[in-house]
Amino acid sequence: MTEYKLTTPISEEDVRKIRVGDILYITGRVYSARDAGHRRALELLNSGKALPVDFRNMVVYHVGPVVKKVGDEWEIVSAGPTTSARLEMYEAKFIEKTGVRVIIGKGGMGKKTAEACRKFGAVYAIFTGGAGALAAKAIEKVEGVEWLDLGIPEALWILKVRDFGPLTVTIDSTGRNFYEEMKEKVNENLKEAYSIIGL
Amino acid sequence: MIAENELKESITKLVSAAAIYLPEDVKKALNDAYEKETNPVAKSVLRSIIDNIRVAEEEKKPLCQDTGTVIFYIEAGEKFPLLGKLPRILREATIKATEITPLRPNAVDIVTGKNSGNNTGEYIPWVEWDIVPDSNSAIITVVLKGGGSEGPSLAKTIPPGLGIKGVLKTAIDVIFEAGAKPCPPVVVGVGMGPAADIAMKLAKKALLRPIGSRHRREEVAELEEKLLKAINALGWGPHGVGGLTTALDVHIEAAHRHPAALSLGVATMCWACRRASLRVTDTGVEFLTHPFLGGE
Repeated sequence: MTEYKLTTPISEEDVRKIRVGDILYITGRVYSARDAGHRRALELLNSGKALPVDFRNMVVYHVGPVVKKVGDEWEIVSAGPTTSARLEMYEAKFIEKTGVRVIIGKGGMGKKTAEACRKFGAVYAIFTGGAGALAAKAIEKVEGVEWLDLGIPEALWILKVRDFGPLTVTIDSTGRNFYEEMKEKVNENLKEAYSIIGL
Repeated sequence: MIAENELKESITKLVSAAAIYLPEDVKKALNDAYEKETNPVAKSVLRSIIDNIRVAEEEKKPLCQDTGTVIFYIEAGEKFPLLGKLPRILREATIKATEITPLRPNAVDIVTGKNSGNNTGEYIPWVEWDIVPDSNSAIITVVLKGGGSEGPSLAKTIPPGLGIKGVLKTAIDVIFEAGAKPCPPVVVGVGMGPAADIAMKLAKKALLRPIGSRHRREEVAELEEKLLKAINALGWGPHGVGGLTTALDVHIEAAHRHPAALSLGVATMCWACRRASLRVTDTGVEFLTHPFLGGE
């Protein structure tokens, strides 16, 4: 288990060193995207249009924050990760099309994402789900927001973060997927669980 | 008797506090899980959960960015003087709490996808009513139900021949499939009855019971203990990283069923099990889960 302090932008070479179980702390710029954000990004890219921000060598965070507007400035109040499994239907294409290097969320992602991480050089890491107040402490500033028409949770927030972590890597660029491995272990425990209820 | 405005202010405070401060029973259960955990990764996950609870309290910020769908459970006395005004009071308090806390706006139009911006909309906040005979007081409970932990929820009807074991097996399967998605350690509510909607409502209602409490009927209490043990034997652990505590507790509520139908509901609540209650009587408001609000 290695601990990495990464500053954005992050090169493919650096990302390919990271392994499942490693801990990351990220400093620099992080972009938020949830369901509607992923959908819109792919629609734009598929029709040959540019995105308002360049995800290449950057970090995407599955989050729909609580925000507050103070004067003209947005302030992040609470910003823990959302359930990444919902983004499984978009993420492989998103990685391929944007060149994003680090995906942050919670709960793990599936085979298609893991394959895209292997092929294009990216990792998926988790922050403790629900720990929104703790995550907000690492966010120094909102540098901008796009797609506010999607609503506050779904908008694309441009966040300046310092030492955002600990993030535990659960998918690396070698094809390993920690949650798939966990599922196999838990599958072995199913029999015992059934026997407790008398089956 | 309490004025309409005063009650609205108290409910606003209650909703806001629910987003910031977990009830004591939930905090204790999370601390206990941390103390007994042996898996170092799981322990560090529980550490961040406990740290997060502290930061939220210190900074008076919502502990999770998903401040949920606002759901009210009302036990109103038949003679509660503000009964007819309550729907409007609950709606206005939700809007106010969204603004002052702030809560994340989470009410989205089903057809257009447009966010209402204030956590109210068609049927939302959702309100469940119980009328209590011979009483002029009311207990108002708010639950902020996170969206991620709603994902695994399930209601179905199984052949009665499969019996209660069939119900418990389904609940185990739900948690097995859910993995890390509903933010474990979760609280699991199981409802049983003659129809899927009834079972699901009871499953949700079961989530209101304090952690560690057992069903009033001994046979059902035993089922709760067994199912809790079975779910924790799966070994998903906090946030699915492996570990001893996948569920903080299991609560079961059951209605009499139809001879030909056994319906069940399984509801999962994330570790951020946010609920808050107050009692209104003719002498004023008493905050039941968050007594310190009375002094503010």
